[in-house]
Amino acid sequence: MIRNVRALAALVLAASTLSMGAATAYAQEADAPPLQHWSFAGPFGQYDPEQLQRGFKIYKEVCSNCHSLKLLSFRNLADPGGPDFTEAQAAAVAAMFQVTDGPNDKGEMFQRPGKIADYFPPPYPNDQAARAALGGGLPPDMSVLAKARSYERGFPYFILDAFTEYQEDGPDYIHAIVNGYATAPSGFTLAPGTYYNKYFPGHAIAMPPPLTAGQVEYTDGTPTTLDQYGRDVAAFLMWAAEPKLDERKRLGFQVMIFLFVLTGLLFVTKKKVWQAVQH
Amino acid sequence: MSGHSTYQPQSPFMKWMERRLPIASLVYSSFIAYPTPRNLNYWWTFGGILSFMLTVQILTGIVLAMHYTPNVNLAFNSVESIMRDVNYGWLLRYIHANGASFFFVAVYIHMARGMYYGSYKEPREVLWILGVILFLLMVATGFMGYVLPWGQMSFWAATVITNLFSAIPGVGSDVVTWLWGGYAVGNPTLNRFYSLHYLLPFVIAGVVVLHIWALHMVGQNNPTGVEPKTEKDSVAFTPYATVKDAFFIGVFCIFFAWFIFYIPNYLGHSDNYIPANPGQTPTHIVPEWYYLPFYAILRAIPSKLLGVTALASSIIILAFMPWLDTSAVRSANYRPLYRQFLLIFFAVVIALGYLGSQEPAGGYVLAARLCTAYYFAFFLVVLPLLGLIERTKPLPNSISEAVLGKGAAVGASGGRS
Repeated sequence: MIRNVRALAALVLAASTLSMGAATAYAQEADAPPLQHWSFAGPFGQYDPEQLQRGFKIYKEVCSNCHSLKLLSFRNLADPGGPDFTEAQAAAVAAMFQVTDGPNDKGEMFQRPGKIADYFPPPYPNDQAARAALGGGLPPDMSVLAKARSYERGFPYFILDAFTEYQEDGPDYIHAIVNGYATAPSGFTLAPGTYYNKYFPGHAIAMPPPLTAGQVEYTDGTPTTLDQYGRDVAAFLMWAAEPKLDERKRLGFQVMIFLFVLTGLLFVTKKKVWQAVQH
Repeated sequence: MSGHSTYQPQSPFMKWMERRLPIASLVYSSFIAYPTPRNLNYWWTFGGILSFMLTVQILTGIVLAMHYTPNVNLAFNSVESIMRDVNYGWLLRYIHANGASFFFVAVYIHMARGMYYGSYKEPREVLWILGVILFLLMVATGFMGYVLPWGQMSFWAATVITNLFSAIPGVGSDVVTWLWGGYAVGNPTLNRFYSLHYLLPFVIAGVVVLHIWALHMVGQNNPTGVEPKTEKDSVAFTPYATVKDAFFIGVFCIFFAWFIFYIPNYLGHSDNYIPANPGQTPTHIVPEWYYLPFYAILRAIPSKLLGVTALASSIIILAFMPWLDTSAVRSANYRPLYRQFLLIFFAVVIALGYLGSQEPAGGYVLAARLCTAYYFAFFLVVLPLLGLIERTKPLPNSISEAVLGKGAAVGASGGRS
């Protein structure tokens, strides 16, 4: 009987090994993005305000021509745990954008310079206008993009990630996409209006290469390479998607200390209460 | 809730109260004097953990409901506004979302403990069935909660799961239309899911009261599976069980906090941060991790009707365990064969969970079918047969004997049973 049980266990194991092969085949559709170093990774990770400022500069000068950032308002730029703008600086950024307001007393909508309480205005009035202007493709809103993109981690990483606290799959993917443009390998037919990207699922991406080295000027001496641009803009987008990360990790550490002390005290109490009772 | 109360009111007010509403003596007999077997291990703390999690989910859920808007055009952004503009909204939402997962972690451990130690057997059948009902209610509540953020996975999970009802012969498509409140998943669907998601936790709380009532009628099982016989076999609920539960709730909370503060999106799917789009199907629709084993069973069977039947049966069959298991011995510690088959069963459920998360192609289909076959064979073949052929180990005469090891363990019901 016991032998039968063992045989059955072996069968289950064999079946799962068999299926593991299929898993790898499925996961290899697009290359896995190279892992980057992020200041906000790990239990004590925090955003680097200077990096967020550089990333915002890239968003404002390049991405914002096509991509909206609807859920963020200019005041967020001055929020704690963000790019560390002063209120005056955030208001100055707001004033650079034209915002649709209204209706006014005549019943008409009108344009005015942005105020700090305004949300980032979208580059196109609606999705259809964006598609019409960009040859059919719709650039996704960037507000939660860094949490809305990921890639297949595969076994065993999807388990290990829970222990290593790997949550930066979104920024890694965005950095990889910015750096992943290449000429299509021979035999790969690209649909018209698409570009070959190593890291994009299916490889044919509708977005033209968005950045080239030296395109955005940095004033703090940071190298203006594509690699650096990718990291900076991905960090900015992570902040846009998860603006309370600094606070979360800081509070998390305090909660952890509290829980360890509380649980330790409860353990000692339990020992004391049960001392006289064999169990 | 059982036996006569030994509570003696001291103050004049409590004496006055006791003659009118004896709530103090109810609490005293249920949570203070209530005898609990002295040999319970930490697997028995998960009942307390589940009560704690239900409270956490209801409290965070009520505050989230104050800020959430159940409308297809506003739901996604209202969740994002909770994350950005509500004070500690991010914390409430991450507690609630990860709380659902940890609720299921606790319930699966609680169920596995019941299966391992035979807690479903006479006289605990009704207690066990109430547990299966609680699990079904949790499954429904969790599913409807997952739909509320109205991301891509929310929308497509709602579409896939409600479409399962179309397999019902004859009236299937009418039932689906009725569930949706329209001819596709839309605003009426979201609105009613929200209403039910708010209602069901209170139904769960009600059934929990019945579950605890039934528990206090029959008493707790214990690792030996031998009923307490003398007072020596038990200790008072307070302080013994209370402090033990409190300590393990603390341990559980450390894991819970790890997820909330450090990897809050680990258990979620990135596609659910994309607003729902009925015109675009995600490449790979997967349910939340806690439904994956059942999802794998559904997909393992090529016929839709049979697949849905298997899915429903895989949970309903648990309710019949007290009668499918023919062995008189409760605890797997004294049932060497059952123990092996059960541990394989747990491994098979985990394997089904992994298979449910993968594309149903190639070796996966075969593996899922083998695992599904084992899942049902465990209940329908192994459980009834083992009781007839298994040689069980000798049971201790009492809990005290098992704990204190007095004398040689002479089997009370050794041999064939």
